[in-house]
Amino acid sequence: MEFAFSQDQDELRRAARRFLEVASSEERVRAAMETEQGYDSATWQQLSEELAWTALTIPEEFGGLGMSYLDLHPLMEEMGRALLCSPFFSTICLGANALLLAGNGVQKERHLPGIATGETTATLAYAEQNGQMDAAGIEATYSRTAAGCILRGTKSYVLDGHTADLLIVAARAGNSEGAEGVSLFLVPGDTDGVKRAWLPTMDQTRRVASVELNDVVVPPDALVGEEGRGWALCERTLDLARIALAAEQVGAAEMCLDMAVEYAKVRKQFGRPIGSFQAIKHKCADMLMMIESARSAAFYASALAGQGEPDLEEAASSAKAFCSDTFFHCAAENIQIHGGIGFTWEHAAHMYFKRAKAAEVLLGAPSFHRERVAKRMGL
Amino acid sequence: MELQLTKEEEAFRQEARAWLQEQLEGPFKDLQGRGASGDQDTYVEERIAWGKAMGAAGWNCIGWPKELGGRGCTIKEEAVFNEEYVRANGPGNVGHIGETLLGPTLIHFGTPEQQKRFLPPIVSCDEIWCQGYSEPGAGSDLANVQTRATLVGDEWIIEGQKIWTSGAQYSNWCFVLCRTDSEAPKHRGISYILVPMQQDGVEVRPIKQMSGSAEFAEVFFDGAKAHKDHVVGGINNGWKVAMGTLAFERGASTLGQQYLFQKEFEQVVAVAKRTGAANDPIFRQRIADAGIGLKIMRVNALRMLEHEGADLNREALISKLYWSNWHRDLGKLAMDLLGPEAELIEGAPYELTAMQKWYLFARADTIYAGSNQIQRNIIGERGLGLPKEPR
Repeated sequence: MEFAFSQDQDELRRAARRFLEVASSEERVRAAMETEQGYDSATWQQLSEELAWTALTIPEEFGGLGMSYLDLHPLMEEMGRALLCSPFFSTICLGANALLLAGNGVQKERHLPGIATGETTATLAYAEQNGQMDAAGIEATYSRTAAGCILRGTKSYVLDGHTADLLIVAARAGNSEGAEGVSLFLVPGDTDGVKRAWLPTMDQTRRVASVELNDVVVPPDALVGEEGRGWALCERTLDLARIALAAEQVGAAEMCLDMAVEYAKVRKQFGRPIGSFQAIKHKCADMLMMIESARSAAFYASALAGQGEPDLEEAASSAKAFCSDTFFHCAAENIQIHGGIGFTWEHAAHMYFKRAKAAEVLLGAPSFHRERVAKRMGL
Repeated sequence: MELQLTKEEEAFRQEARAWLQEQLEGPFKDLQGRGASGDQDTYVEERIAWGKAMGAAGWNCIGWPKELGGRGCTIKEEAVFNEEYVRANGPGNVGHIGETLLGPTLIHFGTPEQQKRFLPPIVSCDEIWCQGYSEPGAGSDLANVQTRATLVGDEWIIEGQKIWTSGAQYSNWCFVLCRTDSEAPKHRGISYILVPMQQDGVEVRPIKQMSGSAEFAEVFFDGAKAHKDHVVGGINNGWKVAMGTLAFERGASTLGQQYLFQKEFEQVVAVAKRTGAANDPIFRQRIADAGIGLKIMRVNALRMLEHEGADLNREALISKLYWSNWHRDLGKLAMDLLGPEAELIEGAPYELTAMQKWYLFARADTIYAGSNQIQRNIIGERGLGLPKEPR
C-alpha cells in the first residue's frame, strides 16, 4: 500500500473543488436546504452525466469507470467540504455498494448502469425507529408466498428514502433472532404498499425518511444475496459507507478550520488579529493535528477497501470514530472562534455544526465503533 | 501496515536485521533494552562500547553522505534501520545527539576543517555530544540565552549556566548557544560554539527527575575555554544555526518509536485483561481509543515518510504534538487500569516498575524538544499562516 494520494487523485480533488465552489456554493446549499427533495436536480444531473462521479466506482462491465475506492476518497472530502446536498452518498456508498457486494449478475445488469449515469438513485433501508446499529435492530419481517415475499414493518432513518428510485430493504424471517434470518430485498420506491415520508431533521443538508412496508409483495428475484445471510452483507456495505462518510467528515472538518483561520487572520481585537493570540492559535493547531490524523485514518481504510482485507471492519470503525470526533470538534471550535457571528443563521458555521452531529450518529456513533474495535482487539 | 520497499530496500532491511540480531544475541546480549527513555543514565560504558561496534560495522550516521562517513541512506532506509534497531531491542544510543543534531548542523553550516575534525569521531562513537541550549531563564524563549562567551586571544571564555542537558555526565563535547554581542537585538548576538566538557571550567550536576533517575543535568561554565575557530556558522549567527538544526529532524526515528509504543500498548491491554478492567465499558472505550490512536500515528508516519515534494509537510509538523499527547494519555490509562495496584512500586528505596517509569517519564514528553505550547505555535504559524507571537 502506498501512503500518498496519486497525481490523478490530486487532480480529481482539484477539479471537484472547482466544480463544487460554484455548484455547491453556500447560496445553492441554502436553496437545497429549503426543499423537501433536499437537493438540486440540475446539479445532480451535472455531476452524474457530465462529471461521471456516479460512474467512478461502478465496474466497466456495468457502464462505470471501474476506479478504486481510494479514488472516491478525494471526491468525498470535497463533497464534505462543500456540504453538497445530494443523493450521491445514499446511491453510491449504500445502494451501489450493496448491489456490488450482494447482487447477482442479473440484478447488477438491471440496476448498475442506471446508477452509473445518475438516472437511478438508490439507498439502503437498514435502520428502524429503535435506532440500534446491530442486527437486533432489524424488526421488519418477510414471509414467503407463492408469488415471492411479503414485507412488513417500518424502516427509519433511511437516507434519501423519500426520493430514492430503488430501496434495498433489510428484513428478517419471522421468529428469527440476531444476525440469523436477515435478508436483503430490492424494492422499487413506487411499489404498492410502500409509504414513504420525509422526516425533517436538525441538519437540513441531508434528508432522511421513514419507509412503511404495508404488506409489500416483491417477486422472488428481489432477494439480494443468499437468503438469511443479509446481515453480513449489510454490515460490509455499511463499513464501505462508513469509510466514505469518514472521508467526507475530513473534508468538512478542514473547511471549518479554513473558515476559522481565515477569520482569525482578519478579525482584530485589542489592536491585533485574534489569530495572533495563543488562545485562538492553539485551538487551530489542535484542529489541524486532528484533521491530518483523521485523514490518515480515512485514507488507510479507503485504501484497504480496494483490497478486500479482513481488517476492513476495524479500519472502517476506527476511521468513523476518529473522523466523527474530529469533525464535531472542528465545527464546534469554528463557532467559538467566530464568536457571536458564528451563532447566527446568516453565517455558514451552524450548517457545518449541524452536519457534524448528523454525520456523527449516522452509521453508528463513535462509542459504537470504539466498542467494535475493542472486540476486534480481543477485549 | 508497512512502508513500501524496493528490492534493494528490503535487502537493506535484512542486512540490518541480521547484523543486529547477531550482535544483540551475541557479544552485546546484556545490553538489550538498556538505557532507554527513562533509563538513559545506566550502562553508559557498555553502551559506548556498543556505539563503537556499531560505528566499526558502518551502522552509525547512516543518513549522512558517504564522503562524510555515512552511508547516504534515504529517509526511508533510515526509518527501516531504526525500526529494526528497536525490534532487536537495541540499547539507548549514546551517540544520538551527535548523529541527529550536531552532525547535520556541521554538514550544513560547518567549515571543511570543522567537518574533518568533528564528524569522524561521531561516526566511530569516540566522541559523545550533548546540547547546551536551555537555561534557567531561557526555556521556550530560547533566544533569551545569557551564557556569555568572550574572545580572549585565541580562545572563547565562557561564563554561565545551561540546564536540561541530556547526557552531560558522559559527554566529551557540548554545542553551546552563547551570547557574544550583548548590544545586538537578542536573536542577533548569539553564537553556536563547540566546547570540550572535560576541563576545569565545566561542572556537571545531574538533576534527579520525578522518576528518581537522572538523565538531565545542569552544566556550569566558569571560565570554560573553547577554541576560537570552533564557532559554527559565523560569530553572532548562532540563532540561525540553531533554528536550522531543528529543521533537520526528518522523522527517521518515528517507526522505531512506534514499535516501542506498540509494545507498551500491548502491556496495557494485558493489564486490562488481568485486572478485569477489560470488562468495563468505559475502559473498553479508552483502550480502543488508544489503539485507534496508535494505528493513526503509524499512518501519519508512513504518509510523512512517503511525502515527496517541497511543499509544506503537515504530517511532520503535527508529529511531536501527536505522539507526546498519545504517550502521556497511554501512561495515565495504564495507571487507571491498575487501580490501587498502581501505587505499589517494586521496592524500597524507590524502585519503580517499567510501566510506572514510562508513565512518569511521559510527563516530560510534552515538554522537552519544544513543549506542546511551542509546538502549537509552530503549527499555527508555519502550518496555518497565523500571525506571529509578539516577540
